[in-house]
Amino acid sequence: MSSPIADIWVYLAATPLLGLTLTLVCYQIAFAIHRRLGMHPAANPVLLAVAMLVAVLLATDTPYPVYFDGAQFVHFLLGPATVALAVPLHAQFGRLKKLALPLLVALVAGSLAAALSAVALGAMFGASRELLMSLAPKSVTTPIAMGVAERLGGLPSLTAVLVIATGILGAIGARYVYRALHIEDPAVRGFAIGLASHGIGTARAFQVSEQTGAFAALAMGLNGLFTAAALPSLLPWLESLFKP
Amino acid sequence: MLKALTLLLSFQLAGEVLSRLLALPVPGPVVGMALMFLLLIVRSGPGAELRETANTLLSHLSLLFVPAGTGVLLHIHRVAEEWLALSVALVASTLIGIAVTALVLDALVRRRRRDEAQP
Repeated sequence: MSSPIADIWVYLAATPLLGLTLTLVCYQIAFAIHRRLGMHPAANPVLLAVAMLVAVLLATDTPYPVYFDGAQFVHFLLGPATVALAVPLHAQFGRLKKLALPLLVALVAGSLAAALSAVALGAMFGASRELLMSLAPKSVTTPIAMGVAERLGGLPSLTAVLVIATGILGAIGARYVYRALHIEDPAVRGFAIGLASHGIGTARAFQVSEQTGAFAALAMGLNGLFTAAALPSLLPWLESLFKP
Repeated sequence: MLKALTLLLSFQLAGEVLSRLLALPVPGPVVGMALMFLLLIVRSGPGAELRETANTLLSHLSLLFVPAGTGVLLHIHRVAEEWLALSVALVASTLIGIAVTALVLDALVRRRRRDEAQP
């Protein structure tokens, strides 16, 4: 014997509608909190929404794949949104062209610093090899990071989570770094946050100004290219240096 | 809206095909972004419709990361086991990455400005 409520739950839990609606509702609550707190970066909307969703899924004993059946429609939009980044990028084309060389030097320095410090610190604190290889590409956008992790022998789905965590940390922490180092140029601020924390950092940068956002989008794209090309050959070589 | 969305998806598709065909290390959407960028240079800018649709999509960029982030559920045990190494590595390397990029770029931009000021 089952109650009508339970019947409705069984029906809804089997359709994508619930996961999709839940994602949108949680995000809007998270964004309302974010706005209420004056857009403070520590109240990051991705972090708040993920925390709410995890709580709901655990409380209702819903497995992640069932939830993702619905949430995939939101996830899918990452593709066209990435293509759309060409628009703000083009708006800053003049300034980008002038700064091409400095941007490339900063790209190589920052990208290597982020990836190598993650692996070195993880190793120092006793992380497993699988975890280290999942950590290495975490500064770049999800699909690239997952591909690189797979090639290095990490766990792609774990990398996706580390990528999101990195994005949230960068969006929260960047302003303190800039304050401590007296970085004021909006182009520099945007480029650094986009390089280290990809799309989530870029989303934060667009809240600040369009110029900051465009430089963040550029850094995200460039670091994706650079990491995909350099990391799979660089890391095994480094590993061999440290082996006795 | 509809025309712009179709254009974005077509470029993603073209990027996907090109990425696989040439066995590029970069995923389709990023190749699509590069192709779109070239188109905008050739056409000297997006039309009003494309600009509006792009802005709408990008203003909710954070939302699009929520489903993947919720995937932490799949790895709760590993995260609990290796939380110390994970948190130290994630927090420090992210801040180091931002600091190194910003310092290098800021120094180079400043130097260029100084050079331009003194011919």
